[in-house]
Amino acid sequence: MQPVSAIRGRACPIDSNDVDTDQIIPKQYLKRVERTGFGPFAFAEWRYLDDGSPNPDFAMNRPEHAGANVLVAGRNFGCGSSREHAPWALEDAGFQAIVAPSFADIFRTNCGKVGVVCVALDDEVVQRLFDLIAADPGVEVTVDLEAQRVHAPAVSELEGVDVTFDIDPHTRHCLLNGLDDIGMTLEHEDAITTYEATRPSYTPLVPTP
Amino acid sequence: MTAKTIVEKIWDQHVVRSAEGEPDLLYVDLHLVHEVTSPQAFDGIRQAGRTVRRPDLTLATMDHNVPTDPRQVRGELPLQDELSVAQMEALRRNCEEFGIRLFQMGSRNQGIVHIIGPELGLTQPGAVIVCGDSHTATHGAFGSLAFGIGTSEVEHVLATQTLPQRLPRSLAIEVAGPLPAGTTAKDLILHILSVIGVDGGVGHVIEYRGEAIRDLSMEGRMTICNMSIEGGARAGLIAPDETTFAYLKDRPYAPKGDDWDAAVEAWRGLVTDEGASFDRTVHITAADVAPTVTWGTTPAQSVRIHERVPTLDDAPDEGTARQWQRAFDYMGLQGGEAFGDLHLDKVFIGSCTNGRIEDLRAVAEVVQGQRVADGIQAMVVPGSGLVKAAAEAEGIAEVLIEAGFDWREPGCSMCLGMNPDQLAPGERAASTSNRNFEGRQGFKGRTHLVSPAMAAAAAITGRIVDVREHLPSV
Ligand code: SF4
Repeated sequence: MQPVSAIRGRACPIDSNDVDTDQIIPKQYLKRVERTGFGPFAFAEWRYLDDGSPNPDFAMNRPEHAGANVLVAGRNFGCGSSREHAPWALEDAGFQAIVAPSFADIFRTNCGKVGVVCVALDDEVVQRLFDLIAADPGVEVTVDLEAQRVHAPAVSELEGVDVTFDIDPHTRHCLLNGLDDIGMTLEHEDAITTYEATRPSYTPLVPTP
Repeated sequence: MTAKTIVEKIWDQHVVRSAEGEPDLLYVDLHLVHEVTSPQAFDGIRQAGRTVRRPDLTLATMDHNVPTDPRQVRGELPLQDELSVAQMEALRRNCEEFGIRLFQMGSRNQGIVHIIGPELGLTQPGAVIVCGDSHTATHGAFGSLAFGIGTSEVEHVLATQTLPQRLPRSLAIEVAGPLPAGTTAKDLILHILSVIGVDGGVGHVIEYRGEAIRDLSMEGRMTICNMSIEGGARAGLIAPDETTFAYLKDRPYAPKGDDWDAAVEAWRGLVTDEGASFDRTVHITAADVAPTVTWGTTPAQSVRIHERVPTLDDAPDEGTARQWQRAFDYMGLQGGEAFGDLHLDKVFIGSCTNGRIEDLRAVAEVVQGQRVADGIQAMVVPGSGLVKAAAEAEGIAEVLIEAGFDWREPGCSMCLGMNPDQLAPGERAASTSNRNFEGRQGFKGRTHLVSPAMAAAAAITGRIVDVREHLPSV
């Protein structure tokens, strides 16, 4: 995983609540055995028409949102299936941060492993971001993980956004430093071995082949 | 000694290492693996030159994209989907390379990952169980702490048998009183979801408590815990009791002899202590539960069968009204319909929510001596090879086949439609599975989630109706 620094750029709005991972990456695209190349399938059933051409009404296809690297979404984003293919697809489609009022737990954890920053902000702040993007699709949104701040400038009479956010300190540390947490855990291998010696004999055991 | 919840007790027994400011390192007793979320994890292990730490605590099966056509499973017809074949083949190779027990397509013990763990006796009270699948909470029915993880975490568990985790918040769902006759665990969990909403459990582990929960069989408890994720919860569990121990005793991989006695003694301590506190408590009255059916595109959008699909006027606020309109459009509804007036195309009975032997018994009881309605394609997919064998031995398969059901081989099947079992665009189905998301059972397919008994009544009447009117015993 690459270290994450400040993310700055255009935002793409997905103004729906409870967007599930079946929408973010429909199951017919889960059959690849690689970790990469899922970007073109992100939101496939909303993004493409029945004949396979881009749906001009879907935010990701609108020219004013091209190249967006921040996704702004509704409540409970990423609910449903645990498929890590969802953050893989969003990351591959160019999104480095997602801002929403709340996230599903497994999705948020998966994003942390993939290097996509999930930022939960109050409903009214997210609504203001939607309004700013509607007023000026080119508005530059900044997600600064180091400073734990989200910023977007005022657009004409609409007030801008400049707020701090909370994030799990361990996730933040791993993201900022691009750390592989398996490596970190393996530094404590002695503790694992010591623990294993204390496990009761009745715990489940799978007969290996 | 401070009073503790079950989750806190399990947690304390599994902390390998804890340090200020860091998540606890939690030991995993059982890691279940399937073909869809594991190939990239095994690749990661190989690329980093690591190995699988505990193959003896790891079990793999093929379920998500296996075909369920008996001719394909027996090898009489070729498998058509090359990508699925490649994924199954990758799992086979990975298990061979790392010495992991795998139940392949066609083997007697193969089945949906959340069905085979319990039936083999591997799912045990007090255990920490993980799987790269969000319905891992199913195993919580035994009083284990079981939760779904992503592929990076699968790799972490393969390499270290541990996971860095923070103790989730706790949510008690207290169900007072007994369930009314003719209602089931599925109706209860759909009702609970309609109360707490699809994000009501985010960040929490649910402990289901109360008389209606205690009265449930193990299979009913699995149906309840299975759908915890549909309320956004990390996991759901139920305190183990005599029902749990009786279910586990003599299962193939359950503890034996002295180990069994020691285990049961330890398991009896897995109760939430008097005075332990939950972060939140939700009270449910079992008497409010009736056969329930979803009308929308989230599992929380449901009503009792005698009620109609809501109208936009019923929506509590404008945002909800917009969401409902979207769901109506997708489901081909206007709002205000009676369920009995909707035209059905398919009935799907199966999945890790309702693909166990008791579910199939409930279906057989309703359809006994009747026929699947004209124009309905009704499919029964047993959750595992053992469920299938039991249903055949008990004569259930015969009842279903005679009634005109399509009797399939085990797998996830139309629950998520990764194999050829799918809804066609615009088709409407009554399904015993757990998700009615857009496109879940097939592109533009329309899913109404119901209990197995309700699905059976739907198959024979061709409509979603109140099963209580079709059950002689109620
Ligand atoms: S039956 Fe459905 S929900 Fe259960 S594991 Fe399979 S695909 Fe997932």
